[in-house]
Amino acid sequence: MAKKTDSKKEPLFHVVKRDDMPAGKAWLIRIAAIVFSFLLVGLLSMAITEKSFGETYEIMFSGVFGRLFEGKTTMLWKYLQEIAILLCLALALTPAFKMKFWNCGAEGQALVGGLASIFCMIQFGSSLSYPVLMVVIVVTSILAGAIWGIIPAVFKALFNTNETLFTLMMNYIATQIIAYYVYIEGGGSNVINPVAYGNFPTVGNNDYFVNIVTVAGITVLMYAYLRFSKQGYEISVVGESQNTARYVGINVKKVIIRTMAISGGLCGVAGMLLVAGKDHSINTNLVGGDGFTAILMSWLGQFNPFIMVVMTAIVIFLRLGVAKVADTALLNHSFSEIIVGIVILILVGCEFFIHYSIKFRQSKKEVKA
Amino acid sequence: MIVQFICRAILLAVPMLYGTTGEIVTEKSGHLNLGIPGVMYVGAISGVVGSFLYENACGNDIANMNGFLAVIIPLLCSIAGSVIMGLIYSFLTVTLHANQNVTGLALTTLGIGLGNFLGASLINITKSELPSIALTKTSSFFTVKLPFADDLGWFGELLFSHDFMTYLAIIIALAVTFVLNRTRVGLNLRSVGESPATADAAGINVIKYRYVATCIGSAIAGLGGIQYVMSYASGVWSNNAFGDRGWMAIALVIFALWKPSAAIAGAFLFGALCNANNYIQGLGTETQELFKMLPYVATIVVLIITSVRKKREHQPPASLGINYFREER
Repeated sequence: MAKKTDSKKEPLFHVVKRDDMPAGKAWLIRIAAIVFSFLLVGLLSMAITEKSFGETYEIMFSGVFGRLFEGKTTMLWKYLQEIAILLCLALALTPAFKMKFWNCGAEGQALVGGLASIFCMIQFGSSLSYPVLMVVIVVTSILAGAIWGIIPAVFKALFNTNETLFTLMMNYIATQIIAYYVYIEGGGSNVINPVAYGNFPTVGNNDYFVNIVTVAGITVLMYAYLRFSKQGYEISVVGESQNTARYVGINVKKVIIRTMAISGGLCGVAGMLLVAGKDHSINTNLVGGDGFTAILMSWLGQFNPFIMVVMTAIVIFLRLGVAKVADTALLNHSFSEIIVGIVILILVGCEFFIHYSIKFRQSKKEVKA
Repeated sequence: MIVQFICRAILLAVPMLYGTTGEIVTEKSGHLNLGIPGVMYVGAISGVVGSFLYENACGNDIANMNGFLAVIIPLLCSIAGSVIMGLIYSFLTVTLHANQNVTGLALTTLGIGLGNFLGASLINITKSELPSIALTKTSSFFTVKLPFADDLGWFGELLFSHDFMTYLAIIIALAVTFVLNRTRVGLNLRSVGESPATADAAGINVIKYRYVATCIGSAIAGLGGIQYVMSYASGVWSNNAFGDRGWMAIALVIFALWKPSAAIAGAFLFGALCNANNYIQGLGTETQELFKMLPYVATIVVLIITSVRKKREHQPPASLGINYFREER
């Protein structure tokens, strides 16, 4: 803001907060920002591929959907699978964020969930019948993730310990535990061979069907939970003001711990989907940074699960599509990380124009008249 | 053996110390910059690009290289790169009032992506067989030791055998402590971080202080990136080698209770903890993996202890993480 204290000149413009923007107009701004970032992505990709705008997007589409129009759906399923995992993590974080609890530990919570899955698959794979084994895997994965989420929540509830850094540190502890487990189980090779037991069933020749349907179900349930349940209401009250929550008789400590159990448990589910539904193995890079990207997805989705579906679909589209563009130009895949970073920064920045308006200086005469 | 362990710990500590000092400067202004890991990547790769260009301009011959230029070019490039990152962060959070955590995390994604992309591009240009780029000539200028270090035995090795960036890190940390606690600028900065509305009423330009603190903080953190490449890795850049040191630096801020002078000791302790697994006799590789979690566990313990004791001087700046908007109260 232009400000001069020494002269009596009015600043050229000043910024005013507004809460009255109609939802339709707000979405128009967001959609404009998305269109703008897609144009920018196209231009940046053109710069590195030296191809035309249309051709660049053709490459991106082929990188995401493959030869879909010739009836080959492999790539489409892969696309949906990646959306499912990122969406699952974003959904898991949403109740915590709505409560203003910065859970930066999705990565670690998903890792321990995956660890629980692989542990059950290896230990009980040959001794338990398939249905029992699946139940054991689901229960232990959720429990493992929930415990990883509850630990920082308890300290937050009791001592108001900073949760951002606590959850962040828990990620690295989880990573080291997995490094330890992989070393032992892999016999020093740092690789666990895919386990044949306890895999999700393939439906109609498709490996990822169960994952995608599970996450679709979670999306609807999470929407209902936040929107219509008493617990969802308690979460939003605690998030708005802990004092108000206490005044109306909500047990704030209980809500914090319960919400983080749900958040961590759902992250555990994401880890399980990755292990039992996709890799059938584990390594320290299982989640691959999606736990952090999910934080951004949850935020951009405005705590609304259905908007999160759109946001994750956009980000995964960019990630896969731009990676293909980089491939054709014989460049490193990290180009897609740059693009995703830029697009998210644009989308975060555009919120300014929704919550604030800029008032330009009017000349004195007009004010008097 | 012990001398070697301590020297190794110091070497590991210095990049973290830069990151921590930078983050403390930023956090004192009330902004929690979670983009520091990305900033450090950008600081490292900008310096690498600078020294790569300079080495090429000299025909890759060490005889043509001027020692001063070989050091100052990477440093200036590194600072320029990280200040740009700091500007992006402060434009979004200070001017556009965007959420600090979200902006910081996006900046980390962007920074790590930039580092790996540019690194891979340089590797492509050199058509190297290995997935890394070696700037050993520039590194040799960075790691010049004091001439009398070797004459003083273990004492010399312990105190004088380090590269100049190590001493610079300590000097910067002490200087920041002095500025924060003993000067008017430091007092103003702390008041901006504690209560921006009060500071604004007292005539302090909150926006200017937050912009400058974020950019200076980023510049200091970025130096940690280039120090890592030139001294720790002997001038070899390989993608993702920098790892999660940026997050460790953010953890160290809490560990040091927002005091740069305490960060010096904290960084050294972290370096020792990161390194302990290599020096304890009879550890299997699998137990070593478990030992690597020590620094993170230590941070959590400090987090818990400070939150339980609730001493006033051990708390984060009161408005940390909250954007300031003058017309809101």
